[in-house]
Amino acid sequence: MTKTTAKPALTRRAALSTLAAGTAAASLPMWARYAHAQSAAPIRLGFQQHRTGIGAAYGRWYGRTVEAAVAKINAEGGINGRPVEIVAEDDGTDPKRGAEVVEKFATQHGVDVAFGPLFSHVVIGSAPRAGELKLPYFVVSEGTHVSSGMLNRYTLQPGITDVKSQVMSMAPFITGTLGKKVTMIFPDYGFGYDHRDNLAPAIEAHGGTVLEKIAIPPTETSFTRYFPRIPRDTEVLYHVMVGPAVLTFVKELGEFFGGQGPALFGFIDSLEAVAIDSPGLEFLEGSYFWEGMCRHEQPDQSEYETAYRAAVGVNERGASLADPRDVSTYGHMFGCWETLHIIKAGMEAAGYAGPQHRAALIEAVEAMDEIPEGPGHPQGAKRFNGRTHQVFGHQNISRVEGGRLNRVHRTTIEDTLYPDMVDYTQQPF
Amino acid sequence: MLHLGLLALLLAGHFFLPAYHHGNLARIMVLASYAMGYNLLFGYTGLLSLGHALFFAAGMYGMGMGVQHLGLGAGAGLILGIASGAVVSALVAVLALRTIGVGFMIVTLMFAQAGFLTILHFGEWTRGDEGFVLAQAGRILWGVDLSTPGARYLAALVLFAACLLITLALVRAPFGRVLVAIRENAERVQMLGYDTQAHKFAAMVASGTMAAAAGAVYGMLFGYVGATFASVQYSILPLLWVLLGGAGTVLGPFIGTLFMFYLIDLSSGVTTAYMLIAGVALVVLTLFAPQGIMGEARRRLWRGLP
Repeated sequence: MTKTTAKPALTRRAALSTLAAGTAAASLPMWARYAHAQSAAPIRLGFQQHRTGIGAAYGRWYGRTVEAAVAKINAEGGINGRPVEIVAEDDGTDPKRGAEVVEKFATQHGVDVAFGPLFSHVVIGSAPRAGELKLPYFVVSEGTHVSSGMLNRYTLQPGITDVKSQVMSMAPFITGTLGKKVTMIFPDYGFGYDHRDNLAPAIEAHGGTVLEKIAIPPTETSFTRYFPRIPRDTEVLYHVMVGPAVLTFVKELGEFFGGQGPALFGFIDSLEAVAIDSPGLEFLEGSYFWEGMCRHEQPDQSEYETAYRAAVGVNERGASLADPRDVSTYGHMFGCWETLHIIKAGMEAAGYAGPQHRAALIEAVEAMDEIPEGPGHPQGAKRFNGRTHQVFGHQNISRVEGGRLNRVHRTTIEDTLYPDMVDYTQQPF
Repeated sequence: MLHLGLLALLLAGHFFLPAYHHGNLARIMVLASYAMGYNLLFGYTGLLSLGHALFFAAGMYGMGMGVQHLGLGAGAGLILGIASGAVVSALVAVLALRTIGVGFMIVTLMFAQAGFLTILHFGEWTRGDEGFVLAQAGRILWGVDLSTPGARYLAALVLFAACLLITLALVRAPFGRVLVAIRENAERVQMLGYDTQAHKFAAMVASGTMAAAAGAVYGMLFGYVGATFASVQYSILPLLWVLLGGAGTVLGPFIGTLFMFYLIDLSSGVTTAYMLIAGVALVVLTLFAPQGIMGEARRRLWRGLP
């Protein structure tokens, strides 16, 4: 997929195929048998899926995206000429079961690599086992846990950007366009802390101030009593509530300000799999959202994204073609599509033939750098950092206008970069 | 004899089990130790706690925080984990044992929820719901790397054997007999001159400490410490394992944990409604074998089964 890796990959593959073709007819039967075995057996990818539990809505759409990506990859000849087979296991969005599923992939199913979890606690609970079992583990989680150095050499996140870079890159737009005085409302646990800890320094670096940080306990079901704590001179209200309470939150917020309040800025994570024109969300009109990938079709949509939408089966509003009420997790699920294309590119660059080449696969992915936009990367160009195992990419900001999310800003990749916190390449395999 | 036989079988399993089941059994043995701790209070003393996740998490976090923030080694970490479990269970026991029946269930549930929220609240150190990966250095005990499959299995077996033998000794001792008597008729025991409160207190501390030992070992063997393990689900699970396997039997918790683990493992491959299958299995078992698997074995096969 990348320029840097594609070249050696092609030459190596070309060399291999020439060898295989030449030697099959000639005096090296071992090589011929090897090449034959290589082309026959499918490559098995273990898909750790949130089919049940709190992540089920994400898991369902991650599943559909994976299915579509594998159909595409197989139609184009598979990986190294071998078909791709998905072995899906439900992790119940639970870290204990997640670790068990990783063990099952490695020791029972005998998969080549595992991929697919979104929720941070599942990733952090499973990654140590993946490392111990030496099973490459491609997460699609947007957590900063990969680049923070907490995990290990076998865990990579090449298909989706992390929350730290997402949050940081929002700051220039917020202070430049919406206002310099920001108040944050966030859930009082891990996801909220990522926003709390990363936004404030970025806002200050761009000449703004965070006036107040209001943490709301995860058990709260009504929010009205927190709103008086919002300072009167707040220009931007940054909110990242998630879960079922978000509808109540938005409604109460709207009633509290009655349309006179500060500009609202949120993350689409709050409203993934929820239609933006749902009753009660009228108050969001005119507010801004971060989106990993724009749910509603934009006028300048690339041909790659058009093909991607059709392949996954979502319409121009990001809902299922079969049932328009079934709204996708469009802002995140592209991560599965792109991860599978990275696995393909990595395996082809490494000449992957079986589990003995797992380390070579990781080195091949680590060697990736610039990843151009294309059919495998419809969200846009990316830059992979092999040392921190984290990918960086463009972020979108959309405004709710007449029940539609219209993109008003797209960051550069440079906006999203931050200094390395770890160098996984120093760790032995 | 039966119990030593099981331990011998598990030791033999180390050599012939395929990798996947070898790993599973290591997990099951640690969870069964947790269930045995639970059984001590529920099965033998007749106190139904809905808050044992608090003790499991006390062990896990006592160990994890010690290793992560105090730089303790694995041994000291484990001791700290077990000690935190003992302290937390003693504190909860002092307050919760003032109630009985449904009151006891509610109070223990509330304490466990408070513990769960406390872990979330101190997210800066506990890393909240995300949890943290235990440093590799904290997983080496006396030069043995507990993250390797063999060492993990044997460590789990040592914990399991210790809990099994302690439970066996406890329930055969006069202390255990008094606990069973309290379960059957607390007033009569009191009238006979025993201090029922003191016995209940001791049972709860022993139970909580055993749960904490399982929590500490679980965190260490599988390298992850997270708040999920303090959630209400992990209070309910040991109850289910013990009910399935047979409350008030020494082997019941192990059988129940084993049964439930493979039930979920196999059924989740077939359907997403695997909890429904687990639920149906539980209902069927309650209807046809209300004493659980080992309880039924005791009724039909061997009346003297401890």
